[in-house]
Amino acid sequence: MSAATPLLEMRQVNTHYGAVHALKDVNLAIYPGEMVCLLGGNASGKSTTLKTLLGMVKPTTGQVVLDGEVVNDRSTAYRVERGVTMVPENRRLFQRLTVRENLQLGAYLRNDNDGIASDMEWVFELFPRVKERLSQKSGTLSGGEQQMVAIGRALMSRPKVLLMDEPSMGLAPALVKQNFDLIEQIHEAGLTIFMVEQNANMALSIADRGWVLQTGRVVLDDTAENLLQHPDLRASYLGEA
Amino acid sequence: MTATETRPGSEEEFAPPRRVRDLDWRRLLRLGGVAAFVQMFISLTAMPVRLDERSVIESVLSLGFVFIGAIPIVAGNRLSRQVKLEGVAVHRAGRYELVGGALVGTLAGAGLSLLVMLITHFDLREPLVNWSPQLRDLLSFNRGPVFGTLIWLGIGAAGGLIGGGLRLLGARWRRTLLMMATTVVLASILEQLVVDLVSGVGLEPVAEWFYARRGGLTQAGAGVTAAIAGVTTFFGRGRMKAARERIKTLDGPARTRANAGMILLTAAILIVVPLLVGSLTNELLANVGLFVLLALGLNIVVGLAGILDLGYVAFFAVGSYTAAVLTAATSPRINPEFPWFVALIFVVVITGLVGLFIGAPVIRMRGDYLAIVTLGFGEIIRLLFLSDWLSGWFGGSQGITAIGGVEIFGLTTIDGTNPRNIFYLVLVFCAIAIYVSWRLERSRLGRAWMAVREDETVAEAMGINTVNVKLLAFVVGAILGSFSGAIFANKVGSVFPSSFLILVSMVILVVVIFGGMGSIVGVIAGAALLIGVLGGPKQPGLLQEFSEFKLLIYGALLVWMMLARPEGLIPSARRSRELHQEEFLQDAWLRGEVESDDDNGDGGDAGTAPPGEART
Repeated sequence: MSAATPLLEMRQVNTHYGAVHALKDVNLAIYPGEMVCLLGGNASGKSTTLKTLLGMVKPTTGQVVLDGEVVNDRSTAYRVERGVTMVPENRRLFQRLTVRENLQLGAYLRNDNDGIASDMEWVFELFPRVKERLSQKSGTLSGGEQQMVAIGRALMSRPKVLLMDEPSMGLAPALVKQNFDLIEQIHEAGLTIFMVEQNANMALSIADRGWVLQTGRVVLDDTAENLLQHPDLRASYLGEA
Repeated sequence: MTATETRPGSEEEFAPPRRVRDLDWRRLLRLGGVAAFVQMFISLTAMPVRLDERSVIESVLSLGFVFIGAIPIVAGNRLSRQVKLEGVAVHRAGRYELVGGALVGTLAGAGLSLLVMLITHFDLREPLVNWSPQLRDLLSFNRGPVFGTLIWLGIGAAGGLIGGGLRLLGARWRRTLLMMATTVVLASILEQLVVDLVSGVGLEPVAEWFYARRGGLTQAGAGVTAAIAGVTTFFGRGRMKAARERIKTLDGPARTRANAGMILLTAAILIVVPLLVGSLTNELLANVGLFVLLALGLNIVVGLAGILDLGYVAFFAVGSYTAAVLTAATSPRINPEFPWFVALIFVVVITGLVGLFIGAPVIRMRGDYLAIVTLGFGEIIRLLFLSDWLSGWFGGSQGITAIGGVEIFGLTTIDGTNPRNIFYLVLVFCAIAIYVSWRLERSRLGRAWMAVREDETVAEAMGINTVNVKLLAFVVGAILGSFSGAIFANKVGSVFPSSFLILVSMVILVVVIFGGMGSIVGVIAGAALLIGVLGGPKQPGLLQEFSEFKLLIYGALLVWMMLARPEGLIPSARRSRELHQEEFLQDAWLRGEVESDDDNGDGGDAGTAPPGEART
């Protein structure tokens, strides 16, 4: 997996919220074409990792590297333009706006109208249901449809790597499986995916590699198969003694 | 619920009427009590006394009595309100409605009876200035306290009976009756406007026949007005609806044509009407226009970008003062005496800068804090104009006076002495503001504003520079408001710090909320109704008798609005859907269109979750 340069990387990153030391010396590297996951319980620093990667929180020390460039001082907009996009936790669509407007907002930084139109077609191809709901207000969609729109909205920025914050959160069990199928589907379409999950079993079953975060520190870093077998992980996340 | 089986069909399919002995006593007591309290309260504010001077129908009905008399009717009607499923009442109306209405009306009337008795026997004039024999005489129709006490029980009962009885009528008749009553009241409220307009067309005799010399409709005039309203409603209602539906279903070029036609028609009316009416009405129209301009500006800030700005008057003030300083010869420090249109360029630039300056610290905050800080800045700006420190520039409390009018390319000068031209000037700027708002709403920037309003964090994650975007909303809003200020300064001919009280901010905000946040048409309608009828902070409206109670009514309207129609008078389509989503979904569910959330995910064959796959 160490063939190319990493698409997105964290080098010795420390992030603070005031006095709270949220991330401690975190090292992550995401390579093109991979599907990786970051596991961790509540308050382990998962969301902070995402925010630091996307530039919504600035790291105190260490470097965030995007495609070989240190982007610590770059804005979120710059990083989105360079190919990082997040699908936020709980989908968080712009509820009162229509599905179409949500998708257009995903492409907010782009000016190539033809490209936007063809990407929208691509989203419809992936999720035909979204097309049916185009002029409907996104808040009125069902949970599964909202997830499709949320992913579609992220895809509209034509990202290289998709950051997914707890994609299975707030979904009915039946939808969780279906949701991971969606993620696999867009991964197969060529996207690099970095997902943050509590649902370790499900996430590891489709990921290549994973990290486990505990109180802001990476405690495990291995392939998905090894992680699934790891006794500590089984004990703490999969609820096995 | 049996409702689903009985829809919509004829009224005979309803469940049987409710029985009188099932009367909801708690509801009755609560509603009657509230109505009685409201009647007493309104009476003690002296509103009826003042409004008694304004007659609706000559020597029959005064506006004061319309106000008091409407309360038992409303109470009687509300009592038997049913929870409707799919817009269909469960029970047919019957004796229950009549008896209940009469009872609740009597209770409401009892409030005034009590008041008459109390005024007769006690003197509370000390704390309550309106606790006066005058009020008692008015309430007892000058026939002594006993009559006064009893008559209100009767009036209340009759009113409640009417209110409840309205439910027994078919929808068509009910609508016709309501329309007749509303039209008569409206015709009397709009007297000034109508008389002015009718006389302007050269039909003074008609106006004189309809309206009495001392105000109000003549009895014959009221009858004819009611008859016309009744007939048109009874026979025309369906046609109106059909026409509206037809326009709605139009699309493509036909729709564009229809819209263009409507816009042209509105424009024509707005251009022709001022020519027909006198200067008093034109003054009123110009005032409404100034507030439309302000409300449109605030609508961008509050309605689109979701920034609750309570100090919007600041930009109105800056616009006014900039125009005053640059155009008036009497300006204390600098007086370049620019032509107005040149000054306007400076107004835009300076207000834009002030918007940036105020906005920069403010927009980093969210929610309540932001609102409070804007409130502070609104006052700071006024106090700066008032201060001794800057009085060398702005004249302190003396303000700047003798500001000239607006010169139009040497052709003519528009100033306060010619309100018609002022109105046309305002109209031009309103048109610009409407066009700008309309375009912005559909632009990329407009979408970004709405995204920020909906979810700031996610908007940021989409790559929207939330700080810049919000600042821009602030600045665009500020500039639209400054237009209004610049016109205001040259219209009135003087500016004083006291013209820019915080009250102005509040009134503009009420206009925006009342009309419907984010809705251009709503904001215009709100300004026309509130400013035109009730009057602005210092500007008289059509109902000048109301001026003392303006704020009371503003407040009451706002509370009622929040309870009954939170989306505003004429909501933007998306806002209405949001606020009534629950009802909408409920209806949809009843029709069997929507299944519950989970099985609606996709394909329908998602199956059950494998056991043990649950989350931690």
